[in-house]
Amino acid sequence: MTSMLRALVKLTWLELKIFIREPLGFIGSVAIPVLLFVVLARVFGPRVATATRAAPAFGQVLPAFSALFIAMGAVTSLVTIISIYREGGILKRLRATPLSPLVILAAHVVVKLLLAAATLAALALAGRRVYPIDAAVPLGSFAIAVLFTTWSILSIGFVIASIVPTARFAQPIAALILYPMIALSGLFFPLDVLPGPATALARVLPLTAGASLLNGIWKGESWLAHGADVIVLSATFVFCLALSSRVFRWE
Amino acid sequence: MPPAPVIRVSGLHKAYGRTIAVDDVSFDVQPGEIFGLLGPNGAGKTTTMECVGGLRAIDRGSIAVLGLDPRRDIRALQRRVGVQLQQAQLQKRIKVWEAVDLWASLYPKTVDGDALLARLGLADKRNAWFMTLSGGQKQRLFIALALIHDPDVVLLDELTTGLDPQARRAIWDMVRAIRERGKTVLLTTHLMEEAEKLCDRVAIIERGRVVDAGTPVELVRRHCPESTVVLTTADEGAEARLRAIPGVDTVVRRGQEFTVRGHHADLVTRVIQCLAAHQIQVADFRTVLPTLEDVFLALTGHSIRD
Repeated sequence: MTSMLRALVKLTWLELKIFIREPLGFIGSVAIPVLLFVVLARVFGPRVATATRAAPAFGQVLPAFSALFIAMGAVTSLVTIISIYREGGILKRLRATPLSPLVILAAHVVVKLLLAAATLAALALAGRRVYPIDAAVPLGSFAIAVLFTTWSILSIGFVIASIVPTARFAQPIAALILYPMIALSGLFFPLDVLPGPATALARVLPLTAGASLLNGIWKGESWLAHGADVIVLSATFVFCLALSSRVFRWE
Repeated sequence: MPPAPVIRVSGLHKAYGRTIAVDDVSFDVQPGEIFGLLGPNGAGKTTTMECVGGLRAIDRGSIAVLGLDPRRDIRALQRRVGVQLQQAQLQKRIKVWEAVDLWASLYPKTVDGDALLARLGLADKRNAWFMTLSGGQKQRLFIALALIHDPDVVLLDELTTGLDPQARRAIWDMVRAIRERGKTVLLTTHLMEEAEKLCDRVAIIERGRVVDAGTPVELVRRHCPESTVVLTTADEGAEARLRAIPGVDTVVRRGQEFTVRGHHADLVTRVIQCLAAHQIQVADFRTVLPTLEDVFLALTGHSIRD
C-alpha cells in the first residue's frame, strides 16, 4: 500500500511536470478560463450595475459557471491525454510495469484536480477588480465544491475516453457530450421552461447538480441544503467508475 | 541432461474473437541464449511474446518462464523479466532521466540508472525530452527501461524495426552485451539478417504456427542443402570439367561466368580440387550460401516480404 502511494506521488509529480511543459495544454486549461472570466465579469459582473439597473442575472451565476467551465476543461483535457497515451502505446507500456493500473489513472485525476485548484486561485486573483467578492462568500467551501464537482465529472472523462476511437476525436466527442449538459444546467435559463420529461432529465444531469451546488455554496447556502446535488454527483462518480472499469480500453 | 529451459511454451493457442493469432506454438529457450521468433507481420510473434510476458491471457496450452506462470505469478515474474514492447512510446515531454527514475522506483532492486544510460550511449541525452530522441535512441532508452531491474530474462519485440542499418547494428551489439551478462533474450523480428546474425536459435513462425526451429546454420542445412559456386574463367574446357564433378546438379554459363550448383556437402571442396587438378585459371571465385530467407521461402512457399 505504501509503495502504491509512493508510486502515485511520483507519477503525479511527473505527469504534472510533463503537462506544464506543453504550453498549449497549460494555456488552454489555466489561461483561457481566467481570461473568459475577466471578460464575462466586465460584461455581466456587479460593476455594470447602476443606480437604476441591477446587474444582469448571468452575473449572479458567473462564479458557478466559471467553476463548471474549469471542471469541463479538466474533463476534456483528461480525455485528450488518455486517448493520446493509449494511441501512442504509453498506457500499454506503463501497464507492463508493476505499476497498478489504478495508480496510472489516479495520477491523472490528481493532476487535473491540482490544476483546477490552481486555475481557481488564478481566477480569484485576476478577477478581484472586475468581480468584487462579497465578504459573506465562503471561499473555502466554494473551492471544495469546485474540486468535488470536478472529481465527480472526471469519471465521465474515463467513460468518454473509452468510446473515443482516436485522439483526434477526443475533444469533439467530449464537447458533444459536455456542451448540451451545461446548456441544460440551469445556469442559462430556468429548467421549468422545459417540457416536463426534459426538466426531469435535466435535473439528474451531473452538470445541473454541479451548477446548483456551486451556485448555492457561493450564495452562502449550506451543504445540507444541497444534499441532493451531492448525491447526484457521487452517484455519477460511482456509476461512471463502474462503467469505465468494464469498458475502458488500454490499447 | 540439458539445463532446464528458461522459457517453455507448449501448445500455445490465442484468438481475438474469430481471428486466430496463435494456433499452436511450442518452443524452449535455454539459459543464456538469444532466441528469435522470426516471421512476417501478423504471424503471431507479438501475441506469443505478450503471452510470455504475462500481458495477455492465453486460451490453451501452457507457458512457464523461470518456472513461473506468467499470468498467475505476474508480480514475481515482473521482477525477473524485462520487456520492450513493439511501437510503444513514452510521454512526449518526459525526460530520459525521469523515465529511468520512474521505472527504477517500481522495483525493489535496481541497477544504477546513470551507469546504464552511459552503457547504452545515452549519457548526454539524460535531460532530453523523449520526443527529441532519434528512433535508435528511443529504442536504447526502452532497452534501458527493460534492464533497470537487472532481470534474468529480457523480451524484445521488433526492436530494430524502422531503424537505419547503422543504428540497427549498434542495437545488435547491445543485445549481444545483454547475453554476455548471462541473461536470456527472447526477441521477435521479421528481418532475416537480424535473425541470422543476432540469434543463437530461431523459431520460424507462419500463420500462428512454428514451422521449424533450430540454429540458423541447422535450418539452412536442413531445408536448403544446395550450395552454389560462381567462378569466372577464360578456360574453354572448364564447363565440361565442372559438369563431370560428382554431385554437381547444374552448371550455367554466362559468358565467362559459371554458376555451379549441387546438393553434396563437399561441393565447394570438390570444385576447388577440380580447378587445381586441371590447372584451370580463375579470375574470380565465390560461394553463394543459402540464407534464412531461402529457408523461409522453402518452408512457406513465399518470401517474408510478401
